[in-house]
Amino acid sequence: MIGKIAWKNTWFKPLNTVLSIILLTASVAIITVIILLQKQFEDQFNKTMDNVDLVLGAKGSPLQLVLSSLYQIDAPPGNISYSEAKQWMHHPFVDTAIPLAYGDNYMGYKIVGTTEDYIHKFDGVLAEGKSNEKDFEVVIGANIASNLDLKIGDTFYGSHGDVNAEVHEDHPYTIVGILAPTGQLIDNIIVSNISSVWHIHEHEHDEEMIADDHHHEESDVHDHDHEEEHEHDEGKELTAVLLKLKNNMAKMTWQRMIPQNTNMQAASPALEINRLFALFGVGLQAIQYLAYGIMLISGISIFVALYNTLKERKYEFALLRIHGASKHQLFGMILIESLFLCAIGYIFGMILGRVALYFISLASKEEFRLTFNPFEIVWEKEIWLLTITLGVGVIAALIPAAKAYSLNISKTLAHA
Amino acid sequence: MITVKNLTFSYDHTTVFQFPDLQCASTEGLLITGSSGKGKTTLLHLLSGLLQPTTGEVTIDSQNIFHLKDSVLDNFRGKNMGLILQKSYFVESLNVLENVEVASWLVSQKKNTSKAKQLLSNLGLEDHWYKLPSELSVGQQQRVNIARALINEPKVILADEPTSSLDDQNAIIVAQLLQDLAKEYQAALLVVTHDQRLKDLFSNQIELS
Repeated sequence: MIGKIAWKNTWFKPLNTVLSIILLTASVAIITVIILLQKQFEDQFNKTMDNVDLVLGAKGSPLQLVLSSLYQIDAPPGNISYSEAKQWMHHPFVDTAIPLAYGDNYMGYKIVGTTEDYIHKFDGVLAEGKSNEKDFEVVIGANIASNLDLKIGDTFYGSHGDVNAEVHEDHPYTIVGILAPTGQLIDNIIVSNISSVWHIHEHEHDEEMIADDHHHEESDVHDHDHEEEHEHDEGKELTAVLLKLKNNMAKMTWQRMIPQNTNMQAASPALEINRLFALFGVGLQAIQYLAYGIMLISGISIFVALYNTLKERKYEFALLRIHGASKHQLFGMILIESLFLCAIGYIFGMILGRVALYFISLASKEEFRLTFNPFEIVWEKEIWLLTITLGVGVIAALIPAAKAYSLNISKTLAHA
Repeated sequence: MITVKNLTFSYDHTTVFQFPDLQCASTEGLLITGSSGKGKTTLLHLLSGLLQPTTGEVTIDSQNIFHLKDSVLDNFRGKNMGLILQKSYFVESLNVLENVEVASWLVSQKKNTSKAKQLLSNLGLEDHWYKLPSELSVGQQQRVNIARALINEPKVILADEPTSSLDDQNAIIVAQLLQDLAKEYQAALLVVTHDQRLKDLFSNQIELS
């Protein structure tokens, strides 16, 4: 019944109530978005860098190298010579080396020349069809298949550079496999073998080197055809190589050694991405402070609303007291009223934040091929947020509730 | 049954109120009169335990109410005393019926809806259950107060100027009604007033001086 009175009181003066709830909703929504965004962003980035200790690529910004080679976000800083890269790929410290050669794209989706290890790295499994074995055979990610409505056996021409740039009409690609959805980057990638990429851009010498298993970068080195390979490798280029190392020291030392001794650099994704997080972490932190500021204001708004009505409501309190209500019940009633507001604000904010994240996800899907899941619940942080929200309610109600508690009934009624 | 003995009270040690001993049995009515400043309201607040006296005791059903602890006294008051105040107060956000029910809930944690409806109907308010108190006339509001005071079947009904805001006709009706209800519910009725119109209606009277 005290709860019912509190509930009815909450809505008896709807203007104040609505204002407080709007403020609370706004702050909770912003914080919820930040919590989910940060969590999922970091999860996705960290997942992608699994099993990649170093990225071998052209000299330039290491962050750019990591973003372009691992996350397909930026343009690559340049190409590296295959013969130079190969020496490091076959190094005994290397566990796996995944070479990447970027070339064309199709309808905005990148065609990446690489090995099967690349698909395995993203937990890619064929949903239908087979792996790409020959040149100009491709395996496509699940999103591409559904978005562009492509099937096994379909062919298409890649275009060089950005969309609507030069189209390579002499070499059609054939889809031989479609991957099952992984929720990872590979969903939006077209995978071919490396020689396809080389082939398409080797206009000057159109030699036959397709049959070679260049792209099989197993740790055992094919000594017998090494000589021959070397000749063919002249002029061949890779965009980057994703390295997983066996040797922990090498993870550190190669970052220094490689740029000193070669024309390449080795960037650590963990290091670069941490730096990136730290960078926009400052921005997120600022937005978060802003949201807590709004929450503080909503707390003040609740306090003012409760405090203002105390004067008119003291007769109501006196009345309840003469009919048997205790001081504690009055104290509780004010507290509950405030907590109602906060609970409503929290629930609305949680929902609004997720709606906002849904739209953010739509936008980022278009632009960065990053999607966010609005239905994920980050328990630890969201329960913490609920605690803070309710805490604001308790603090805002404390003084008004104490006033109701210590109300002098006799005086109130005598001076009516 | 309510008994008052040696009751004195002072707000600031300069003015001391000394109240006469009095007694009022169940079903009886007692009119306490006195001009302004004689402590009528103070007496009523002492009788209901809202104020602590300097000396003396108030006994209701052989319980000295000043021996009760805070929250026990609150509950005792709700259960055994029906207070009718000069002005009508309500929980503005609750409707008429809920305003009466709340008194039963505060005492027993149970809403006595049927009793509330019956009381309101007896007082001619059966058409106003679901209205807000602010939608009623002053006379109707006073009757809602009376219904609320009676819902827990109190041992004592304490009325503070119950008729001062009513016209002659209504004043007499309300005074008569209170006495009838006191008989019906076996309660002692104490009316504190300066309203001269009630003098002829009560056989037992005390004047504060």
